[in-house]
Amino acid sequence: MTKDTTSLVPVCPLEEITRESGVTALVHGKAVAIFRTHSGDVYALSNYDPFSHASVLARGIVGTRTVAGEPVDFVASPMHKQAFDLHTGRCLDDGTVSVPTYEIVVTDGMVLVGGPKEAR
Amino acid sequence: MNTRKTLVVVGHGMVGHRFVQAAIERGLTETHDIVVIGEESRPAYDRVALTSWFDKGSEALSLLPEGEYDDPRVRLILGTSVDLMDPATQTVTLSDGAVLAYDELVLATGAAPFVPPVPGVEKDNVFVYRTIEDLEAITAAAQNASSGAVIGGGLLGLEAANALRGLGLQTHVIEMNPRMMSVQVDEAGGKVLGRHLTDLGITLHTSKATAAITGEGTCTGLAFRDEDETLDVDLVVFSAGIRPRDAIARAAGLDLAERGGVLVDEQCRSTSHEHVWAIGECAAPGGTMYGLVAPGYTMAEVVVDALLGGGGAFTGADMSTKLKLMGVDVASFGDAFGATPDCLELVFNDAVAGIYKKLVISEDGKRLLGGILVGDASAYGILRPMVSSGIPLPANPEELILPASSGSMDLTLPAEAQVCSCNNVTKGDIEAAVEGGCESAAEVTAQTKAGATCGSCKTQVKKIVEDYFAAQGKVVDKSLCEHFPLTRAELFDVVLVHGYKSFDDIIAAHGTGRGCDICKPTVASILASQLGGHVLAEGRQTLQDTNDAYLGNLQKNGTYSVVPRIPGGEITPAGLIAIGQVAEEFGLYTKITGGQRIDLFGARVEQLPAIWGKLVEAGFESGHAYGKSLRTVKSCVGSTWCRYGVQDSVGLAIELELRYRGLRSPHKLKGGVSGCARECAEARGKDFGIIATEKGWNLYVGGNGGAVPAHAQLLAGDLTTEELIRYLDRFLMYYIRTADRLQRTSTWLASVDGGLDRVRAVVVDDVLGLGAELERAMAVHIDSYADEWSETLNDPEKLRRFVSFVNAPGVPDPAISFGTTRGQIVPDAGPDEPVLLGASIPVGGARR
Ligand code: SRM
Ligand SMILES: Cc1cc2nc3c(=O)[nH]c(=O)nc-3n(C[C@H](O)[C@H](O)[C@H](O)COP(=O)(O)OP(=O)(O)OC[C@H]3O[C@@H](n4cnc5c(N)ncnc54)[C@H](O)[C@@H]3O)c2cc1C
Ligand code: SF4
Ligand code: FES
Repeated sequence: MTKDTTSLVPVCPLEEITRESGVTALVHGKAVAIFRTHSGDVYALSNYDPFSHASVLARGIVGTRTVAGEPVDFVASPMHKQAFDLHTGRCLDDGTVSVPTYEIVVTDGMVLVGGPKEAR
Repeated sequence: MNTRKTLVVVGHGMVGHRFVQAAIERGLTETHDIVVIGEESRPAYDRVALTSWFDKGSEALSLLPEGEYDDPRVRLILGTSVDLMDPATQTVTLSDGAVLAYDELVLATGAAPFVPPVPGVEKDNVFVYRTIEDLEAITAAAQNASSGAVIGGGLLGLEAANALRGLGLQTHVIEMNPRMMSVQVDEAGGKVLGRHLTDLGITLHTSKATAAITGEGTCTGLAFRDEDETLDVDLVVFSAGIRPRDAIARAAGLDLAERGGVLVDEQCRSTSHEHVWAIGECAAPGGTMYGLVAPGYTMAEVVVDALLGGGGAFTGADMSTKLKLMGVDVASFGDAFGATPDCLELVFNDAVAGIYKKLVISEDGKRLLGGILVGDASAYGILRPMVSSGIPLPANPEELILPASSGSMDLTLPAEAQVCSCNNVTKGDIEAAVEGGCESAAEVTAQTKAGATCGSCKTQVKKIVEDYFAAQGKVVDKSLCEHFPLTRAELFDVVLVHGYKSFDDIIAAHGTGRGCDICKPTVASILASQLGGHVLAEGRQTLQDTNDAYLGNLQKNGTYSVVPRIPGGEITPAGLIAIGQVAEEFGLYTKITGGQRIDLFGARVEQLPAIWGKLVEAGFESGHAYGKSLRTVKSCVGSTWCRYGVQDSVGLAIELELRYRGLRSPHKLKGGVSGCARECAEARGKDFGIIATEKGWNLYVGGNGGAVPAHAQLLAGDLTTEELIRYLDRFLMYYIRTADRLQRTSTWLASVDGGLDRVRAVVVDDVLGLGAELERAMAVHIDSYADEWSETLNDPEKLRRFVSFVNAPGVPDPAISFGTTRGQIVPDAGPDEPVLLGASIPVGGARR
């Protein structure tokens, strides 16, 4: 039996995620951090903080930081505050580090999360 | 043959001391032995700051704390006066009969207060205000007095009046002129000043001449000329001007100026005697005597220069003054009265706010000639150097005195502009100090002395340092973060003034963008301090750092710690057992903390509600170990058990911990209460520390341990519990309002202009009239306090987030695992990559 690691699975109603915050979901056996920004967009990153080796990113503060003149949505790790771009998973404080991002869609008010996206 | 020469200095006051310092620094002692004869019993001290003797005592004022110069060629003889000088034999005779020969003689005998020949001045309880001994005598007399009068409403008179007020006396000022500070302030300014003084509780009597001091042997009152009325007072301080101390010079036949003072030339050499020099207040260069320290310092430098063969000259001085009365800002500088022909005046007069500002401008409108500031002298720092350096005025000079712009105008001073007049330090000197490695205004002051004397140039020094760094691209931007161009203190005021209740409203009105991990918790803390209420209240929970968001401290492996409050460290056996049972049931690691309570480590997010459910049931509440808020008030056992205890330290610690629990602040707050001076509670290592005395409590503030330990300093002593609590309420609220983000009380105190003295003036003397307001703000906090954990447990909406996974609430996060050390759980090293949970574990399991 090959394990399904990519199909979209329903996680929770969008309403359950407070704007500008995150929740942790268990998707295909992995802890995924799901964020909803002020504009209502949703993003999924691995919940694993590569700096502290702890599964905590969903519990960070969500905000924006100006990078090259553009506002970038990010989450600050609750452990030691490194910022990760919600769109790309790239660490804004250390260009050599990034966390995987996941497929995410909202259908009929339900948030569905799939497998990891190709690294960009 | 001995080629060394002997130089005798008469008088070891501020200027005599500066002379010796300069002589050592510039190498005059290579050729001269210096003997200094001082009449006072102690080495030179900071007479300008004399009034702070009441708070700080003699030692803090000393200009030579070691008691001697570290150059063996300088000899200091104290408690001895020079009674005679004989220029013919080049000798001086001391009060102990010794005769000293000199090659050069420097007179630095200063001045003495002028006491007019009013009948009765010889009576007891009649004082002047010039030396530490004078202040000691006034303090002693004030013990048995209820009222006092100062004769003379000039700069020093008002300073003395404020001191009498500080000693708890009903204070009067008698002035011959129709207004106070008539030399420095014009009529309109005098009115505003008068109102401020009256508000301080000082009674002013203008256009009144004292005719006699009444009383049998001891002063009991004053009689006035041309009037029947009298004034009953228990003591009198004369402050009717000063006169140069030129008696020995007069007796020796030196040239004197018309109004007294040793007449000297531009090099400060006696015009009649080649080897005699005079500096400071006893000297009259060109016939004018200068009653300020800065010209004296310049004279000291000039004489050292002359003795070294240099050509320095004293050519007059800036007579700008700023009143050092706390709470009443008055400054007067340059041509304050508009004596320059055809000059123009710009006046801003806000009677309601008690602010009067006048600028005197040259006829062509291009140069600032002088000005008067009453009620708000914040612009003094920029304005005074504009006068002395003659830089052109900006196009709209009125902006210099309009309220909105004070200090914010972009005025570029030239490098040669004198910024510190007391120590003759220019903008260029300050910049050179920064270039040479000084990293802060405080370091610049230490190196250049700019700001070290009267302190009125401090803001300007700071600004120059900051501007310099800014120009270098160093970040001195005090914006909170990219979203708010405000400091935390400014943001606090904005929120208070507008009464905002949500982050969204605040950022929409005063910031840009959506916020970040710096401004969000800061705003959350400000809202919590102002509104009280639950930290996870609607809309605020996403602003909190994880510790506040989950009401626990995040540990290295993603678990949280649980710290129930144990006020004052006092706990019953039943309480201990309850904590032990909870720890055992949930398998938590337990440790006694450095804060006298028990920490339970290793709780997973989804376990927190169940753990706290049990603790709340057992009577515990949140200990706020996670918040930038009150942590613990540590206590020693005190008079409850200790054979030395003089007060109930445990009782007070508990009372204070319960009073301030939950109070959100710029950084964490810790307190301590010790039952006696042995200080077993380490109270002076806390933000507020209280040490019991026989009469009550001493309150210390601004201590901490941590990376940069600081000892708390005495704010007020021998307080009743009621006074103590009042001052603490005010102190904490004042800190909360004005401190920067993550600034503990010690660093905050150091950053406040005027430091501890200023904070004491605000908190204890209530000079800003803020006391009631600060107490009210604290009362709001106390009334709105509720235990965060019980409220959370009762609110399904708040509990919703305490799950491991939204879609599998009870499933433990597989990334968290434990090992065992010394018989208890400890976190395993974090996994090197995300942990995969076996796909067979059911999703959506029941919550524990
Ligand atoms: C548990 C405890 C150590 C212990 O095992 O004894 C402790 C643990 C932590 N301390 Fe501490 N401190 C503890 C007593 C102290 C003390 C001693 C005291 O309070 O008398 C000090 C020095 C005194 C002081 O604060 O002035 C202390 C100075 C610090 C500092 C440095 C503060 C500073 O101003 O330099 C930090 C860092 C900070 O707050 O920014 C800190 C921060 C921390 C944090 C909160 C770090 C963090 O953010 O995770 C630690 C986590 C606690 C947890 O996970 O529950 N802790 N910490 C103590 C808890 C006391 C309590 O009951 O609340
Ligand atoms: C309360 C107060 C506040 C002040 N505030 C300010 C201010 O804000 N700004 C400002 O610029 N100035 C201020 N001043 C004035 C300032 O203190 C003086 O200008 C300064 O102290 C003058 O220094 P000096 O060395 O000439 O005199 P002093 O400091 O008075 O020193 C003279 C010393 O000589 C000693 N002496 C006198 N005769 C003999 C003798 N025959 N033999 C031996 N020793 C002798 C005296 O005892 C004294 O110790 C203030 C003064 C007072 C009292
Ligand atoms: S501080 Fe004094 S009262 Fe408190 S325990 Fe120590 S010795 Fe006893
Ligand atoms: S002007 Fe007095 S200390 Fe600088």
